[in-house]
Amino acid sequence: MGAPAISVEKLAKTYLVPVREAGLRAALVSLFRRESRRVTAVDAIGFSVEPGEVVGFLGPNGAGKTTTLKMLSGLLHPTDGEAHVLGHVPWRREHAFLQRITLVMGQRNQLIWDIPVADSMERNRAIYGLDRARYRRVLDELVELLELGSLLERPVRNLSLGERMKCELAVALLHEPQMLFLDEPTIGVDVTMQRRIREFIADYNRRTGATVLLTSHYMADVEALCRRVIVIHHGRILFDGLLAALVASFASHKTVSVQIAGEIPDLSGYGEVVSRDGERVALRVPKAETPKVTARLLADLPISDLVVEDPPIEEVIERVFAAESVP
Amino acid sequence: MSYFADLYATYVRVYLAAETQYRAANAIWLIGIVLEPLIYLSVWSAVAATQGGEVAGFTPGDFAAYYLVLTLVNQLTSDWHMWEFQYRVQLGHFAFLLIRPVHPIHGDIAENLAHKIAMQVVLVPALGLLALAFRPHFATNFESLVLFVPALAFAFALRFAFEWMVALACFWTTRVMAVNRAYFMVLLFLSGQVAPLEILPGWLAAIANALPFRFMIAFPVEVALGRLPVNEILDGLALQAVWTAACVALLALLWPAALRRFASVGG
Repeated sequence: MGAPAISVEKLAKTYLVPVREAGLRAALVSLFRRESRRVTAVDAIGFSVEPGEVVGFLGPNGAGKTTTLKMLSGLLHPTDGEAHVLGHVPWRREHAFLQRITLVMGQRNQLIWDIPVADSMERNRAIYGLDRARYRRVLDELVELLELGSLLERPVRNLSLGERMKCELAVALLHEPQMLFLDEPTIGVDVTMQRRIREFIADYNRRTGATVLLTSHYMADVEALCRRVIVIHHGRILFDGLLAALVASFASHKTVSVQIAGEIPDLSGYGEVVSRDGERVALRVPKAETPKVTARLLADLPISDLVVEDPPIEEVIERVFAAESVP
Repeated sequence: MSYFADLYATYVRVYLAAETQYRAANAIWLIGIVLEPLIYLSVWSAVAATQGGEVAGFTPGDFAAYYLVLTLVNQLTSDWHMWEFQYRVQLGHFAFLLIRPVHPIHGDIAENLAHKIAMQVVLVPALGLLALAFRPHFATNFESLVLFVPALAFAFALRFAFEWMVALACFWTTRVMAVNRAYFMVLLFLSGQVAPLEILPGWLAAIANALPFRFMIAFPVEVALGRLPVNEILDGLALQAVWTAACVALLALLWPAALRRFASVGG
């Protein structure tokens, strides 16, 4: 295998944050004596990502996700440590590096507000120095894949949030970057549009072999796109591995759903009853006991259907943050 | 087409498209652009009237000519991006400017040019009307009008570079507005806006001559009006060139420092 697309070693970022108590007195004091403290946003993390991988970067607000993304896209200078992205040190912001990466932030936009999307596209064509033929080809592809159609002719301010996000993605991909940093690309977008965007990213990755580092609070995004996840909390990596392995090692329980014909007896002896809907009952059962419990259920009761499931990924992630230790 | 020719042509085209969306706003900007010099013009004309028809050699007609040309020069050399820097940093727009493989100053210059082009549609007729109302007295000559072109170009370059440099203060302070205001107060007095520099007290005129602000606005106005002999114009152009080169050099030095600062504190 060749060089990794991203390699990060002992990468750290501390911010100097001014501190001041609330109130006028504190405000006056701060005029003469300023205090500040160091806040560690990213604490000596290390990982590497192979070309073509789609990696989910998970963590609660303030975990250090965006700071890491900003360091890897060259916007922030680390306090310590090393990183290489596509063979470049990102914060040197070399021309060849910037030509090959892109950054999409769900909460911010680079489209020009008052004019049609096509004009912002045209501007990026000139900025990235794309020849017309290549620009046309890429734009046509993006229009088709993202179903942009008539959106290009509409002023950005007249687009819905979801439509705007699709256009943001398109304008960010015109120069065919090999490295995509996507910071919550589906935030605030409705479920249907989320799925569209997700499918597009997966498809884009398959077709172009581009590497994708994605943060999202929507676990559906992560499940659909990322085989591998990196969980970060308080600036440290808690887990780095396959999503399936994360679930396997952190999910302590499984959900056993049974359908019972006739009257439903008390099932609390088998596990914690979490929901009950007509003939269907869901039980939360410790993982180790799942085989035993299912065998007992099947032996004791007139069961017409039985399903064993992993708990929702949100619940698993919550447990990771609660545990805060690498298994 | 070379990269930069295409870049500028595209930027100007795109920003002009945006400018056409702001017709009402531009008409309102026009009021601001015209009103302030109009106030000074009225005041100085009134002063001249009470002092037997002139102030330090300026008749009301001279003042009218001075302020009409000054309005045009001030508009053509002005830039608003320094007011945007604070928002750029606060709202995270700077991230998008830095993620692109081109210096953000090019976009600002092009946007400025597009705005200037769009504004002339309202400014030139407005100045025409004011000329009818205030009867300016022009005593210019051919050499002065020819030399006005480079004087104006240097004034624009100098002012743009200087103001972009001042705006970089936003990377060190969160209250760059205060810095901007201080700058504009100095500019108001020392660039010939409140009064032509010729009628300022000697010591103040000396200060104005030693600083770059005169060369941003007053100097091209004086050139256009034919108030300076050719040798003084040439000296002025040389000084403009030196100030512009110094500013651009300083900007080139400060920009990486500003980026390092941005990269260490985040935005």
